[in-house]
Amino acid sequence: MTVDEQIVTEAPAAYLERYGLMLLIRLFETEMQRLFLKGEVHGTTHLSAGQEAVPVGVCSALAPDDYLAGTYRGHGHALAKGTHPDALLAEMLGRVTGVCGGRAGSMNVIDAEHGLVGCFGIVGGSIAAATGAALAAKGQGRVAVAMFGDGATNHGYFHECLNFAQVLALPVVFVCENNFYGEFTPMLKVTAGGDIAGRAAAYGIPASVVDGNDLWAVREAAVEAVARARSGGGPTLLECQTYRHHGHSKADPAKYRPPEEVERWLARDPLGVAKARLAELGVSEQELSEVEETTRARMEQAVQSALAAAYPDPAGETATEFAP
Amino acid sequence: MSAGAALEFRVAIREAIVEEMERDESVVFFGEDIAAEQGGVFAVTPGIQERFGTERVFDTPISELAITGAAFGAAVTGLRPIIEIMFGDFMGLAMDSLINQSAKYWYLSREQRSVPLVVRSAVGGGGRFGAIHSQTHATWFQGVPGLKIAFPSSPAEAKGLLKAAIRDDNPVIFLEHKRLYSVKAQAPAPGEVLPLGQARVARPGRDLTIVSAGKGVPDALEAAGELARDDRIEAEVIDLRTLRPLDIDTVLASVARTNRMLAVEEGPATGGWAAGLLGIVAEHGLHDLDDVWLLSTDELPIPYSPTLEDAFIPGAAAIASAVRERAGVVAGR
Repeated sequence: MTVDEQIVTEAPAAYLERYGLMLLIRLFETEMQRLFLKGEVHGTTHLSAGQEAVPVGVCSALAPDDYLAGTYRGHGHALAKGTHPDALLAEMLGRVTGVCGGRAGSMNVIDAEHGLVGCFGIVGGSIAAATGAALAAKGQGRVAVAMFGDGATNHGYFHECLNFAQVLALPVVFVCENNFYGEFTPMLKVTAGGDIAGRAAAYGIPASVVDGNDLWAVREAAVEAVARARSGGGPTLLECQTYRHHGHSKADPAKYRPPEEVERWLARDPLGVAKARLAELGVSEQELSEVEETTRARMEQAVQSALAAAYPDPAGETATEFAP
Repeated sequence: MSAGAALEFRVAIREAIVEEMERDESVVFFGEDIAAEQGGVFAVTPGIQERFGTERVFDTPISELAITGAAFGAAVTGLRPIIEIMFGDFMGLAMDSLINQSAKYWYLSREQRSVPLVVRSAVGGGGRFGAIHSQTHATWFQGVPGLKIAFPSSPAEAKGLLKAAIRDDNPVIFLEHKRLYSVKAQAPAPGEVLPLGQARVARPGRDLTIVSAGKGVPDALEAAGELARDDRIEAEVIDLRTLRPLDIDTVLASVARTNRMLAVEEGPATGGWAAGLLGIVAEHGLHDLDDVWLLSTDELPIPYSPTLEDAFIPGAAAIASAVRERAGVVAGR
């Protein structure tokens, strides 16, 4: 069976579950927004609402022990890879039950148990982390994935690591979430050539442009890329075109984006796209509402448990500078 | 190599890598030209790829950020990489990965994973390599919690410290002074692994303590020999071995005996490790101190011309004369 046939013949129930995961990410970001305004989320945070289909589609192609390196816009990356929403939200609130005990915060989440090598607070850092994880993964039958934004493709990390990974034929998939803005600046204004996928050709790496708001399209591209990596075929670059519903960070109202552009993308909300497709596939309204209800309850539980958790006690802190 | 036989510094490094790769198959080794026939620009690692194969030992593109970042990613997913960043000066290109990824991971992950990683580089002046192939990058990293910094002073120290660095579960910046590579001296006992974070008394003495690291240690020993012979000044020489963690106890114990300390650093005083050491000794050992000072370089880039470079670096003669001047003695009296 070819990759395409696998995607097409897969039972709708699997996609319904993935829709539930996308919704979980959306609800998580909505809660982050609310809790930030209430002063429960500290410093800053970078929301990924609008981009949910990319991590969910990509992670659906991975085994639980494959590796993922995410970014500072990484809540969706972590949830898609399997991080428990309770532990992730508690980390955002700086609580002791957080996945990193409140030491890491929104931009630097690490969850080794679920193969999340880390979320990296500096643009491009995830690309090298996944390239290195692929060095280890090669001998473990695993695959590593780097998530990064369009801004990272102008970074040394991107160019050095694509070359490095291809020369060594590493089992890595480079996934660019192209949301068309690097912080406040339009991608096309600062990206020579304007063609992110096209940059892979210079390194002899196969690449494709993917509709990043279509779960099915992302999954199809990811399944093929992961299969190539796992079978020794080396790296792939996927440019998943998507859009963030919010600004770059909490300090950014995103007034630099033309309203008609925002409208156009909101009309293609990945959750709406998935819902319509599921209906076409014969998933009933009732099945959809059941998943939505379960997901809402799960998120509500995460909020309650995170808010109930204690802050770390500096007096009880057991940190050591070095591993023994 | 049996104990007692002469061992060349570059061979000591090679032996440490080979022995640790034999001992632990998760150890891998990569960098620019390290697998090439000559074994790197300083001929330190020839034959290692032939011995362990291309999966464990390989040449990389000239991409310091990718090399260091990939080493970090591999270290947190099951490998124990040794990487070579050819000249310490090139570490500027690798800093994000070391400072923001490797150094912080153990803490930020709440001890989920450690980062067993060694970053070897050739450092130091005296080779006529000019301003950007002669620096010692230790102090660029010394203020970063989570990193260890080792700076061996002899072939035996190099072997024992590198073996320890490879076995250590933390990122270790390992400095090899390029003017030590051809030094031959006594080999260590077979299998010897030295502790990271423990200085040693390289020469006992009662009149003052000279503290240094790397090439500064043989220079200080040479100066101490001259001072003993010509001026009847008995200097104690402390080899710090690691600049982070810094073994302040060994230094304070020595200062308690000698009451005088000179720190010798091949680098500028501002922001240097020697100035930092003086601060800590003053904080904890002021009651023992009659005098404390440092010998460092001018606050300038390292010059190329032999006359300028020789005058720039504080070698044995400069150390001896600094001690004489401070002690108010005329040479040979």
